[in-house]
Amino acid sequence: MPHPLADAATARSTLVTMWEIRRFEEAVDDLFARGLMHGTMHLSIGQEASPTGVCLALRETDAITSTHRGHGHCIAKGADLVRMMAELLAKETGYCRGRGGSMHIADVETNNLGANGIVAGGIPIAAGAALAYKLRGEDRVVACFFGDGAVNEGAFHEAVNLAAIWHLPVVFICENNKYGMSFSTEKSMLVHHVAEKAAGYGIPGVTVDGNDVPAVYEAMETAVARARAGEGPTLLENVTYRWKGHSKSDKNLYRTRDEISEWQEKDPIPHFEAQAIEAGLLTAEDVAAVRDEVVATLRAAVREANSAPDADPSDLLDSVFAQA
Amino acid sequence: MTDQTRVITYAEAIREAIGQAMDADDRVFMLGEDIGVYGGAFGVSGDLYGRFGGERIRDTPISELGIVGAAVGAALAGMRPIVEIQFSDFTNQAMDQIVNQAAKIHFMLGGAANVPLVLRAPLGSGTGAAAQHSQSLEAWFAHVPGLKVVMPATAEDAKGLLLAAIDDPNPVIVLEHKLLYRTSGPVAEEAFRTPLGTTAVRRQGRDVTVVATGIMVSRALEAAEVLAEQGIDISVVDPRTLTPLDAGPILDDVSTTGRALLVQEAPGHVGYTAELAARIAESPALYRLLAPIKRLSGLDVPIPYAPQLERSVVPQVADIVEAAQTLVKES
Repeated sequence: MPHPLADAATARSTLVTMWEIRRFEEAVDDLFARGLMHGTMHLSIGQEASPTGVCLALRETDAITSTHRGHGHCIAKGADLVRMMAELLAKETGYCRGRGGSMHIADVETNNLGANGIVAGGIPIAAGAALAYKLRGEDRVVACFFGDGAVNEGAFHEAVNLAAIWHLPVVFICENNKYGMSFSTEKSMLVHHVAEKAAGYGIPGVTVDGNDVPAVYEAMETAVARARAGEGPTLLENVTYRWKGHSKSDKNLYRTRDEISEWQEKDPIPHFEAQAIEAGLLTAEDVAAVRDEVVATLRAAVREANSAPDADPSDLLDSVFAQA
Repeated sequence: MTDQTRVITYAEAIREAIGQAMDADDRVFMLGEDIGVYGGAFGVSGDLYGRFGGERIRDTPISELGIVGAAVGAALAGMRPIVEIQFSDFTNQAMDQIVNQAAKIHFMLGGAANVPLVLRAPLGSGTGAAAQHSQSLEAWFAHVPGLKVVMPATAEDAKGLLLAAIDDPNPVIVLEHKLLYRTSGPVAEEAFRTPLGTTAVRRQGRDVTVVATGIMVSRALEAAEVLAEQGIDISVVDPRTLTPLDAGPILDDVSTTGRALLVQEAPGHVGYTAELAARIAESPALYRLLAPIKRLSGLDVPIPYAPQLERSVVPQVADIVEAAQTLVKES
């Protein structure tokens, strides 16, 4: 819950989270390229500041919902890297026993209510979880992640409106990475900022630099405080960018190399490293040590996940329904 | 009829079930359009708002996708929501949350979470409400792995199946026929459960097995009276839950009578009776058939407005009588 620059320990753990997200996705990218990973995946490389800053403002008892581009959300909320990797490697020990893959990871223990393969599909679900907490009088907040592509779906409108009229403890977090697959936000909406849409629901809308962890954290902390006070939802827009394509089918014909490299220069991770060093919380050696440590963590995670048994089809039919 | 059994309407039976479930379990709450002070478009929620208040009998804006999605989220977070969709036709608006979310979450997450959600919705024709307020969509839901589909035909079943649905850890779609809301029958006062996946034999006959659901059960029972006068003795078998289906009593009865007449209000093409016909054809009951399996369904058209047109597109008592006679003659 502390500010990412509150003290050395928090600065370090914040940096670890961001590097874990980056290295997890690079490992996945590499495994896929070498034909060792199946399916498709949606990488969030370049967007690490958003889930990290958001989840830092949450308590363990608070919940999240996530999206198809959800590795960062899961990791920032505390998911186990080995179980995540095992899921992507189609192992029985994965979060979904190989039935869900990258797009359906949920982690009940960390109150991660699930990634979602349907754009905007998780937004009403987040409102519903917040309704449950409110009905039970629990002091818990839901952080609902989605992309800019989701805000033109009806589910976004219906869910934000319900949360607004019922003053639900939820924060809607749009990770505006500029493209819904190949369709740019310039073409998909006439307002400049997704946050402007908040006015239509009578709730606050805030746009922040989504590559700056402290900025994301500060905006999120305000939104969470409002939600906890029973004042209802906030629409937070973290402006960021995904370096990689939408998914593995992306030939990247809709944007220029210049545009991508311009955003790569705004890499959120070295940006935060510089902030922490400047604040006197970390040294250059500390930063280098974090990088090495996370490389080792991911190597170990891939190794351990790989050695697990493959997903087992024997009880597929029995696992459609929960048993009473 | 026991001391605690009274004759009440199908709508009252549903309301009683909801009230008893809410009294017994704080996790149960209801959300839907106009279910509060208004009492529900078909009067089902009635005085529940007065008894439980607006937090638990939660009026919503017209937002079917949002309502069902909120119920999915609340269920995931440990509640037992009951959603009323005002007309089952409007589930179209909420199909992503029903099919892609509620039905799949338990499986997709490898069993890590459940969605104990009940979605109630009125179906069927006969009210002059025309094509967008009169459909019978049960086969759509029955086709989706992960959804349980219930069609109560009597007031007793409306209560017992709903209470079982509320207990169930899975999403259950309860399709209530509009014309049944005001029909009455004996219902016990206690909070009894009618297990999902148990087929009811409503009438035991010798000559023809009529399998019927929803409103078609009472029409088949009326047809049985007419046919009995002609010396034709039919069974009326009601699966009650389409998923899970308890096919045993259907196959047993068909094996006894040697004739199967499958009746539904929904259009015939790719309908639920096609599934029932296939189940019979795949079983040893096939060898006991004295005549080909016969399906009697709604016409493959949208439901029209004019009363005489509306009646003509869905099976009526006379159609069931005629189809049963034909089956007997053919064999």
